[in-house]
Amino acid sequence: MPLFAMPVSPKPGSAARSRSRHLAVLAAAILPLTLAACTDNNAAAASGPIKVSSTADACTLSTQSTKSGNITFAIQNDGGQVTEFYLLAEDGLRIIAEVENIGPGLTRNLVVTAPAGKYTTACKPGMQGDGIRAAFEVTESGEKPAVDTNIKALTDKGTAQYLSYVKDQTEQLLAGTKEFAKAYAAGEADRARELYAATRMHWERIEPVAESFGDLDPKLDAREADLAPGEEWTGWHRAEKDLFPPAGFAALTAPEREALAAQLVADTEDLAARTRTVELTADKLGNGAKELLDEVATGKVTGEEEIWSHTDLWDFQANVDGARIAFENLRPVLEQKNPELATSLDTKFAALQAELKQHARGEGFVYYNELSQDQVQKLASLVDALGEPLSHLTAAVVL
Amino acid sequence: MSGCPFGGGEHDAGQEAPASRLSRRGLLSLAGVGGAGAVAGIAAGLLSHDTLAAVAAPATAGPNDVVPFHGATQAGITTAAQDRLHMAAFDVITEDRATLIQLLKDWTAAAEAMTQGRETGTTGAVDGPYDAPPEDTGEALGLSAGKLTVTFGFGAGLFEKDGKARFGLEGRRPEALIELPHFPGDDLEPNRSGGDIIVQACADDPQVAVHAIRNLARIGFGRVRVRWSQLGFGRTSSTSRQQQTPRNLFGFKDGTNNLKAEDTALLQEHVRAGEGARPEEAWMQGGSYLVARRIRMHIEIWDRTSLREQEQLIGRTKSEGAPLSGGKEFTAPDFSIKGKDGEPLMGMDSHVRLAHADQNDGVRMLRRGYNYTDGSDGLGHLDAGLFFIAFVKDPRTHYVPMQLAMAKEDTLALEYLKHTGSALAAVPPGIQPGGFIGEGLFTMMAGQA
Repeated sequence: MPLFAMPVSPKPGSAARSRSRHLAVLAAAILPLTLAACTDNNAAAASGPIKVSSTADACTLSTQSTKSGNITFAIQNDGGQVTEFYLLAEDGLRIIAEVENIGPGLTRNLVVTAPAGKYTTACKPGMQGDGIRAAFEVTESGEKPAVDTNIKALTDKGTAQYLSYVKDQTEQLLAGTKEFAKAYAAGEADRARELYAATRMHWERIEPVAESFGDLDPKLDAREADLAPGEEWTGWHRAEKDLFPPAGFAALTAPEREALAAQLVADTEDLAARTRTVELTADKLGNGAKELLDEVATGKVTGEEEIWSHTDLWDFQANVDGARIAFENLRPVLEQKNPELATSLDTKFAALQAELKQHARGEGFVYYNELSQDQVQKLASLVDALGEPLSHLTAAVVL
Repeated sequence: MSGCPFGGGEHDAGQEAPASRLSRRGLLSLAGVGGAGAVAGIAAGLLSHDTLAAVAAPATAGPNDVVPFHGATQAGITTAAQDRLHMAAFDVITEDRATLIQLLKDWTAAAEAMTQGRETGTTGAVDGPYDAPPEDTGEALGLSAGKLTVTFGFGAGLFEKDGKARFGLEGRRPEALIELPHFPGDDLEPNRSGGDIIVQACADDPQVAVHAIRNLARIGFGRVRVRWSQLGFGRTSSTSRQQQTPRNLFGFKDGTNNLKAEDTALLQEHVRAGEGARPEEAWMQGGSYLVARRIRMHIEIWDRTSLREQEQLIGRTKSEGAPLSGGKEFTAPDFSIKGKDGEPLMGMDSHVRLAHADQNDGVRMLRRGYNYTDGSDGLGHLDAGLFFIAFVKDPRTHYVPMQLAMAKEDTLALEYLKHTGSALAAVPPGIQPGGFIGEGLFTMMAGQA
């Protein structure tokens, strides 16, 4: 996933409505220039995206110049091979934006924010070699430059900070898991129950990263209903059911508990080892934040995550923590690109956090089944209020 | 019934249909005639019902909105998918075989009438005694048949209850009529699942579909009770090459690769039930198995997902429905073509890949699902999704393996879907005039008492 670029699918005319309107304004501003500079292509430029046709031996753009600001290229693969399109700096080396993996016959949009200057475009049918290149010019539109030259540095800093956060949470998770496992295996149920929710918070804060290791997530966090017939059940929720048993549940035997505890520690060690080499990009942070709120909306606010212990609000808080940290790490970039969104997210995180605080008790929270329907609805509504703008974070920071 | 290519039979069978009955479609036609001024002086208020019916009767031969009820297979399977659905599951509350058979006969007669655009019963909605409630509930008066089809299927509960055979049907339950296993992520609600008899009513007019189920439920009182019912709007599959591929509530075209009515050999291979393993289940030959799954979509979460992720999860473009490997909507997906990162353009966890016949031992199904919304979930979200319906030859080979794979590997299913209802039914073959739905099941086997 490139920085500064957000490929989107083509939707001539009826695409995201706000964007279409925006482009129309932009196109109108461009018109006088294109008329003067490139008469043949003014129709294409005026109608919206810059059309790019990529074939086996040609890379045809509807115009060779445009004005600075948000620029949309609509790349149509008219060839028989998978293709990609690049906007490169004048030196032809530095990648400003790219869109990959366009199958034959498909069209994909690339939206890029570019200041005035000279650039190079390239189609790369077959995804090999230097591609079919041409010069491209962006002239000054007079609009406030949207791009700070330090954006890349800010983004790198943000992702590095988040990586440290992930590492820290993983270490705390591992330490906590070991302590929990020890108590649980030794049959110290009260101690294990006390540690259960608080330890899981470290997991829930970094869940999207943990989930990216597809095999570890089910091993550590599968709920009983997630299992296929005959599949072995391991991880936190099996211990949960044993520690907070429903009526008629046959408790695990001591050897079963020991095995479950040992597996939990082993899988968490595996997770910790793998997160040390994980690579993060701004879009992963943005999407991760969004996914954490999705988790809250579908699993925690409904009480489905912790059906035996009812400690859903611990998970809830942890998911919100993880999302907020990702947002805060990206905030310096977002403030450059979309300060209104940054303000909106601040307000909505604060409102949700304030509501959640209402349900704090001691070191933790009240149990989910102690919440009234009204209280659940209020939380759900604040989650949605935050989730909607949060879903725009990725596009805002990578554009 | 001149001009009606399929309407003759039911009258020849000598059941009901007195001459005085006012046709629903007749009313409509009459209005048309009067409005055009072709028959001077005709106005409904001036005429008795009998006169009206006499005038109206020939006009019932409307060809385009009536689907034949009789045939080798039941209508509503390969019939070009209509726009609306009302499906209901009934539990049979009698244990008496003769009562059950009579119910099926009554339902057959009513379904036959309604699919032809007629009212139910002998006196319909307005021609009965003034002091009695009308036989037909009446909300479809004046509406066309709307291509109504009514399709019946039998759930496992019809054959056995608490381990005991019902209605003398020992051994008659087909082996393919299994209990579906628990699929990962299933969150089935008992009051949206199961049922002894499943009835699918499809029509182009929602009122016609609702009318059909409502009247069947009414006829059934005392013999059956409604276990669950589901409305669907917006078909999500095309079952004929004449139809455009519609979109589901994710906004994507759904069922591009569906089996179509024109694929006769494939239908025989993948949709029509065979004679079964034992002579006792031969009654299902030529029938099919109906799988219904109420699949809640987390549409609010989906709507916050980038177009990139949406397309990658599905494996098709949102605009045209072309596979991400290239081409147009009906281009076959190329699962081997790779992108720059060495990963297939059709992702390993993409829905199209996991559901495709190539990944499922060549198995196909005929899908006939509908979009649904049922109010809200109480937390400010729409309770909306896909009411999945598929007809298959044998769910053990044609549904369970694919659904297991999808429930485990399909990120779309894991993150954005939740199955909240489920039913499986043995759909018997069609009948000829004079017969009743499922009659083969109640025919005594040689050697039976």
